[in-house]
Amino acid sequence: MATSTKKASTKKKTAPKTNKDELISYYRDMLLIRRFEEKAGQLYGMGQIAGFCHLYIGQEAVVVGCRAAMKEGDQMITGYRDHGHMLACGMEPRGVMAELTGRIDGYSRGKGGSMHMFSTDKKFYGGHGIVGAQVSLGAGLGFANKYLDNNAVSLAFFGDGAANQGQVYETFNMANLWDLPVVFVIENNQYAMGTSVERASAQVELYKRGESFGIEGHQVDGMNVLEVRDATQMAIDHARAGKGPMVLEMKTYRYRGHSMSDPAKYRTRDEVNEVRGMRDPIDAVKDIMIKKKWIDLDGLKDLDKEIKATVAEAVDFAQNSPEPEPFELYTDVLLED
Amino acid sequence: MPQMNMIEAIRDALDVKMGQDKDVLVFGEDVGYFGGVFRCTAGLQEKHGLHRCFDTPISEGGIVGIAVGMAANGLRPVAEIQFADYIYPGYDQIASEAARLRYRSNGDFTAPLTIRTPVGGGIYGGTTHSQSPESLFTHIAGLKTVIPSNPYDAKGLLIQAIEDNDPVLFLEPKRLYNGPFDGDPHKPAVSWAKHELGDVPAGHYTVPFESARKVASGDDLTILCYGTMVWVAETSAKMMGVDADILDLRSLLPLDIDAIAESVKRTGRCLILHEATRTSGFGAELAAQVAEACFYSLEVPIFRVTGWDTPYPHAQEWAYFPGQRRVCGGIRTIMESQ
Ligand SMILES: Cc1ncc(C[n+]2csc(CCOP(=O)(O)OP(=O)(O)O)c2C)c(N)n1
Ligand SMILES: [Mg+2]
Repeated sequence: MATSTKKASTKKKTAPKTNKDELISYYRDMLLIRRFEEKAGQLYGMGQIAGFCHLYIGQEAVVVGCRAAMKEGDQMITGYRDHGHMLACGMEPRGVMAELTGRIDGYSRGKGGSMHMFSTDKKFYGGHGIVGAQVSLGAGLGFANKYLDNNAVSLAFFGDGAANQGQVYETFNMANLWDLPVVFVIENNQYAMGTSVERASAQVELYKRGESFGIEGHQVDGMNVLEVRDATQMAIDHARAGKGPMVLEMKTYRYRGHSMSDPAKYRTRDEVNEVRGMRDPIDAVKDIMIKKKWIDLDGLKDLDKEIKATVAEAVDFAQNSPEPEPFELYTDVLLED
Repeated sequence: MPQMNMIEAIRDALDVKMGQDKDVLVFGEDVGYFGGVFRCTAGLQEKHGLHRCFDTPISEGGIVGIAVGMAANGLRPVAEIQFADYIYPGYDQIASEAARLRYRSNGDFTAPLTIRTPVGGGIYGGTTHSQSPESLFTHIAGLKTVIPSNPYDAKGLLIQAIEDNDPVLFLEPKRLYNGPFDGDPHKPAVSWAKHELGDVPAGHYTVPFESARKVASGDDLTILCYGTMVWVAETSAKMMGVDADILDLRSLLPLDIDAIAESVKRTGRCLILHEATRTSGFGAELAAQVAEACFYSLEVPIFRVTGWDTPYPHAQEWAYFPGQRRVCGGIRTIMESQ
């Protein structure tokens, strides 16, 4: 297979097509993630969520755009910054919130926490705390799809930092060697904890990382939900047609700290504010909708209210769900008979 | 004497060795610029330079492998693996290369590297940030594994580790970084500030391996423990009103079997504690060695209190953690058996 790695920005641009219903639904999905994450941040501050909690705020367009290109049956797998992926997959906000707070009604009965949730139903394969591990698993999902001839494609998400794990490259090689239907989505938010891409990567154009394995790669504006969707559509079509994997580098940004305690010494407040002010993925969609008169301010307010109610309901549900009983520690270690 | 917490003591050990020996290099994920997620390397890059304290990509296999090569070629690398839970991609390099280089090369090559990594629970880290994998390493011939329980030992053991001519895995019980923790999460946190083991001498000193520390002397029973469980043991023994002989092992391999045997032969009762899962945990090795060395002195069966044989949970951390209630239960079982 011939390789071509492209920077989307160098291509001739035709604005991606969309329509009112579609855009409103992307807006709603992104806003749900943002409001959910804001609430999770608050609950963390109040001591109701303990341990690690990695918020997705700023990156919403990536997962929502990808999801829009997926068909019923396609799978998603990601790392520990996973709440957005779960919501985009249609998992219940209340089940996610209950897991964050360590309650029995959480997706992993409270035993997994923020980083470890799954849903067979929604084809969400986790939620993995070990950086990079999910990439190989994602290719394995693709292998099974191919073997089972089920026409499904898997999407393996990972960060710019995770892109330096050795197993990613073992996986790239096998994925292209065997033409696996998998799309590698690199969420390049420019930092791995406190380490910027420049300080950790010899090749900072991460979409080129598959080049020597013959994997086509593209750089995508990860703050633009429509561009994300279209690029992902192309990659998914390619994979579904039996042509093997593709690498998509989504240029995005996380507004919040890496996890909840992050002194953020490694970047300036101005840098964060600039992205927020100029490139916010949700504001961008809002602007289009208003300009096209697809929604007015009242409509936006109603949407916001509806989403806030969903999130409030999720919190309420989580707070009223009990902690798992101690015996639950022993369930699901192995299959019990 | 300067008063230090465990983080400062570790940093001081690194600083002392970097000052003495230009072959000592410190690196790992977010270790240089940021100073480490637990701040153990804060300031070392400013002081010793970018080329001696630096950040690595998230590549544990590569970090350990490169450290082995550096060590074989004359340097004394101190690599940090940010949490022990992330060490597995580097396990192959530790088990197959670092620990085997001397043996395989007929003593021509050695790998005098130190790998520092935080272990243990008590911080709500869940499955992937709380594990205690020490027995996966004590099972490797050719590797030393040590684990301090306080600032004084942390500094002395770390300097000893860096100076050791073989690879050493240096485990840092993360719940003890800022203060001793006796297993009760509801008590206000205690700091090292006024603790005698927070008195850490300036400059160079070492704590030899294979030298268990006597935490308390008594004749009722022996408690073998290390890391966070040392503090749980001390408090639990007081709560139970027993005169326990408590040994903080400090080094698991090499093991101070002489101190252990002396104690168990005297008390005839042996309780073993660790946070790690039970089956094939280090307690199994301790129990075997105690049985071999002290069988005829044992008055009652050896008893273990450990983590459950499950992954470390997010919820119910204190049901998982072998805290005071379970350790007191262990003491009672041993004292009531005849
Ligand atoms: C194997 C492993 N090494 C290190 C870590 C610690 N860690 C968690 S997240 C992270 C940074 C990852 O950055 P990136 O892949 O860019 O994802 P982002 O957090 O930006 O979403 C690190 C070093 C880990 N969880 N697993
Ligand atoms: Mg990143």
